[in-house]
Amino acid sequence: MPVASPILGTIGLNHYLILGALLFVAGTFTILTRRNAIGILIGVEIVLNAANLNLVAFNRFAHGAAADGSVRLDGQIFALFVIVLAAAEAAVALAIFLNFYNNFSSIDVERGNTLKG
Amino acid sequence: MLDLLPSSSEQAALIEQALFTLFAAIAGGSVLIVAVSRNIVRQAVALLFCLAAVAGLYFLLGAEFIAAAQLVIYAGGTLILIIFGVMLTSKSPFARFQANRSEMIVAAVLSFVLLGSLVAGVLLTPRTVIAPSPAQRYPMATLGQALLGDYLVPFELISILLLVVMVGAAYLAKARKPGDRDSGSAR
Repeated sequence: MPVASPILGTIGLNHYLILGALLFVAGTFTILTRRNAIGILIGVEIVLNAANLNLVAFNRFAHGAAADGSVRLDGQIFALFVIVLAAAEAAVALAIFLNFYNNFSSIDVERGNTLKG
Repeated sequence: MLDLLPSSSEQAALIEQALFTLFAAIAGGSVLIVAVSRNIVRQAVALLFCLAAVAGLYFLLGAEFIAAAQLVIYAGGTLILIIFGVMLTSKSPFARFQANRSEMIVAAVLSFVLLGSLVAGVLLTPRTVIAPSPAQRYPMATLGQALLGDYLVPFELISILLLVVMVGAAYLAKARKPGDRDSGSAR
């Protein structure tokens, strides 16, 4: 199992995990530094994608190729559920943002600090 | 899909390496644009490239169905929703709200610490990897049987969830008439 190096060895689990870590951290940074609610939503989508990438990579390298030749797809199915849940979450979040915008005339999350619009 | 190529396994590994490098570079670069750019429209477009590159990585991992679902649902659906949100909620599409400088510094430091610990964790964890043969396939039939077999309950739950989300989003986002403010809507 080669580790990631400037000269990539055989593409293995670690390559995908490190890319996933990079995506996760970039998404976290986006969430932390945005005032725009939609910017935060974009950060959340990136974090979900990072998790998905890890799930599918683990399915391929650690679980999906059992020695007896049987195929397990748990990681892929988790990833599928995450994709569907992300779509649902985006729909509800955008409905809330539209409402927020109607009430505050802005999408700046700092302004949503009152309970009644 | 690598086994479609009539080539030695060495060549297949080389092609996999090249494709991984390409997709990883696109994903990493666009995700950095998302993190750094202050323009919400530019962020959304970079997110599109990131999602497409991740779909390419799913293809490399042999997960064709997940890749297709990623392209159709994420790139085709969720991203359109986000762009609609951008257009509907900004007076000017180039309006920007910035965190102040101290918060930026704290977030950057936290991110670097997190990245360092994650990468260290990945590299230092001993694990036994079952190396997949290049010809390892994940037949679509297995996926379907697993969805309607072992995972039947979550599958049904998610369909109910989608119905609830559809009704809820339509209710939450319905246009408010002027003077409707105190008419007892549950807003």
